[in-house]
Amino acid sequence: MNKRKFEIIRTSLAIGIAFVILLFAILFISEDPVTALHSVFLAPLSSLRNFGNVIELMIPLMFTGLALSLIFSGNNFNLASEGAFLAGGIVVMIVALGSSMPTFVTWIIIFVLAGVIGSIIVGVPGFLKIRTGASELVSSIMLNSIILYVGIYILNRWFRDVDINGIASLAYPKELLFTPIIEGTRIHFGLILAIIAVIGIYLLMYKTKFGYKIRMTGKNGDYAKVVGINVTITALFTQFAGGAIAAIGGAVQALALYTRFVWNITPGFGWDGVIVAILARNNPKYVPLAAFFYAYLKTGANIMARRSDVPAELISIVQGIIILLIVARKLTARLEYRSLLKQLDLQEEKPALKEEVSN
Amino acid sequence: MSQIIEMQNISKVYPNGTVANKNVNFALKKGEIHALLGENGAGKSTLMKVLYGMDSATEGKILVDGKEVTIHTPMDALANKIGMVHQHFMLVPSMTIAENLILGSEVSNHGVIKFKEVEKMADEFAKKYNFEMDTSKRVRDVSVGVRQKLEILKALYRGAEVLILDEPTAVLTPQETEELFRELNSLKKQGHSIIFISHKLAEVKEICDRMTIMRHGKQVGVYDVEKLSELEISEKMVGREIVLTFDKKKVKVGTSGLKVRDLKIRDEYNKNVIDGISFDVRRGEILGVAGVEGNGQPELIDAIVGLRRGYKGEIFVCDELIKNMSIKEIRDAGLRFIPEDRMKQGIVADEPIYNNLIIDRLDFDKSFFKYKYFINENKIKEFTRDKIKEYDVVCENENALVGALSGGNIQKVVVARELDEDPEVIIANHPTRGIDVGAAEMVRKKLIELRTKGSVVLLVSADLNEVLEVSDRVIVLHKGKIVAFFDDPKNVTENELGYYMLGVKVQDDVSGVVYE
Repeated sequence: MNKRKFEIIRTSLAIGIAFVILLFAILFISEDPVTALHSVFLAPLSSLRNFGNVIELMIPLMFTGLALSLIFSGNNFNLASEGAFLAGGIVVMIVALGSSMPTFVTWIIIFVLAGVIGSIIVGVPGFLKIRTGASELVSSIMLNSIILYVGIYILNRWFRDVDINGIASLAYPKELLFTPIIEGTRIHFGLILAIIAVIGIYLLMYKTKFGYKIRMTGKNGDYAKVVGINVTITALFTQFAGGAIAAIGGAVQALALYTRFVWNITPGFGWDGVIVAILARNNPKYVPLAAFFYAYLKTGANIMARRSDVPAELISIVQGIIILLIVARKLTARLEYRSLLKQLDLQEEKPALKEEVSN
Repeated sequence: MSQIIEMQNISKVYPNGTVANKNVNFALKKGEIHALLGENGAGKSTLMKVLYGMDSATEGKILVDGKEVTIHTPMDALANKIGMVHQHFMLVPSMTIAENLILGSEVSNHGVIKFKEVEKMADEFAKKYNFEMDTSKRVRDVSVGVRQKLEILKALYRGAEVLILDEPTAVLTPQETEELFRELNSLKKQGHSIIFISHKLAEVKEICDRMTIMRHGKQVGVYDVEKLSELEISEKMVGREIVLTFDKKKVKVGTSGLKVRDLKIRDEYNKNVIDGISFDVRRGEILGVAGVEGNGQPELIDAIVGLRRGYKGEIFVCDELIKNMSIKEIRDAGLRFIPEDRMKQGIVADEPIYNNLIIDRLDFDKSFFKYKYFINENKIKEFTRDKIKEYDVVCENENALVGALSGGNIQKVVVARELDEDPEVIIANHPTRGIDVGAAEMVRKKLIELRTKGSVVLLVSADLNEVLEVSDRVIVLHKGKIVAFFDDPKNVTENELGYYMLGVKVQDDVSGVVYE
């Protein structure tokens, strides 16, 4: 009935409650709450550079958020996007340092290879689930660790730069790196790629026959089977495609913001993507909005940590609260029920129904 | 006779917007069998759930022996001596009858149960109420009729003096039903009061004293059973006249469109649930399948529609061997399916009506697309509006979520999707189970209409009246075998069918159901 309306209310309510908690937490722990509040809420808008940071952070979130929206739409709780994103970076390291092709060709090789490897990574837990019944949640999380250490191994074995402190690869060739497309910021070409991916996946999911089948399968697998949808293909496709998108996002990130491979802990965008997907209700249309909101919050938190005495981790708590409240359907259940009763009372006054009562 | 239970102005609105009860009054006298009648979706089950504490009413109050009580859980209900027997049995199949009887209210000595004594006690208890059964048997080994009795005993064991029976005869054969009625009458004599929910008016006439009729969530009236004829009762239930027989044109039957040969299906315990059966359904013919539940019907259907693999024997749909075909290929060969569990297999509850109608049409109807690959939503909605009108689906509009519709209207959506293209072979599994009389009538008429146009229909149903009225020929399944075949169901009584369903009678020769 008014399902969408209440979903919006619930999301706003969740964000509102989380912000109130944030407000009180800052007032409670900070010596200078005005600065802290100003930094977290307004500082991202205060300069082009800061706003650029928001957009720059939004790019990987769009990739992983989109990947997870797709995976979740197929009703698989596969979290290997984290590993796929990381693998995108590993592919950049291998190809950038290992090949000597012209720049454009190298880019193509990187993206194609990242896509293939990413889809294999996310596809493996999906395949195992279909073949052996293994929970994709468990196997995908395990797989993330495997990818991380494979990456560190490759780095140490072949590409490590021994001349610098810390664990890092040799520097990538300069001409491969993405340059900012807006001066004064680090916003890069990846933004355009991300937007193209969002539009493409949206059209696929909501405008084509195949997307329709995916959505129906995700919502009721038994029905899908009975009406002849090949549920194995839809399940595998969403995971393969999601993996490819996440890995390409990782490659974009590595080329745009790094000069060497330095990921010896997983970058975490695969996890953040879960939050973006949940905020966006798995609809690609809302992924940019959700990614923007999330990036804004994170950027604000970083500025706050730099300028005031409140640690950035406080925002993680807020994120947690938001997610918790959004998925808590009961939050608005009473509200929904009351509005329902009100509507029904209105109908009661219609004479047609009265007649039936006297009957 | 005093009133043991009184429910006053009960209203119940579910969070999904369904008004299940609206200011319903209900009163039960001590020592009577009181029928609660109404179509499905009329609100009978909800009213009883409120009484038994499984749902709480939005408004209204309940009086037991004239005193107002609050009932929030089944425990509260049992404390007020109200017990309920559900339509779907709540028993543990691997435990014995005696164990099931005491489950949840065990008498133990420091946590130790003496099972021998329990059995003895259970035997005595069953005897006290004249319920004949071997209480040392495991529930999975006894018939549906015995399980039903056990459910009633369970309620009595917990001290119930008021029994709510939700369609107790739905799964019973006519013979088992008779036995149940004898027992209910003896309970009545012992001072118990019984609320009897049913669709079967003949049974209500036979056993009940009074009845309360409900329609669209409201109480329509309370009557002495003797005062109204069956026809008058059904008119009050439906609010208009209904036709109980169908006008079937004679048609010339064609060749076999659904051919089953030597089919053997094993379940996970390596038991043959379908044990070497063969039959044909010819074009222009409805073959009814009768049988007590659990005699191989679901396995047979799953094999035909392609949901089940690994069987022995052959199945042909329109002359194509379907053994290695995907469900999609079987559908493309011309088969459509009305599943028994429509919420699970028939629809996507969380999607609007228009997304529940188009799955097959997307494959062949180019007009549903624009720019070749993009779904044309406006066209689909327009198509859906037409179908809503044609199939008389009661809903706000084509954007309504299917899950929010009533059972009958959901079934109309399923029918509009599966049967609209005049499929060649139709598998209908309990197509009218749990839906209102009006919708059921529509579904049956549609099946007959398609049969007259030359479709093949396989109809599996627990409603024997339906099987005999709608089908052109009938087979009876018992323990995975065809035990009876009737070429002319018009001359068969429900009672006779019951004997075959129980396995009391077996026909020697059922080869008449195979052609060619």
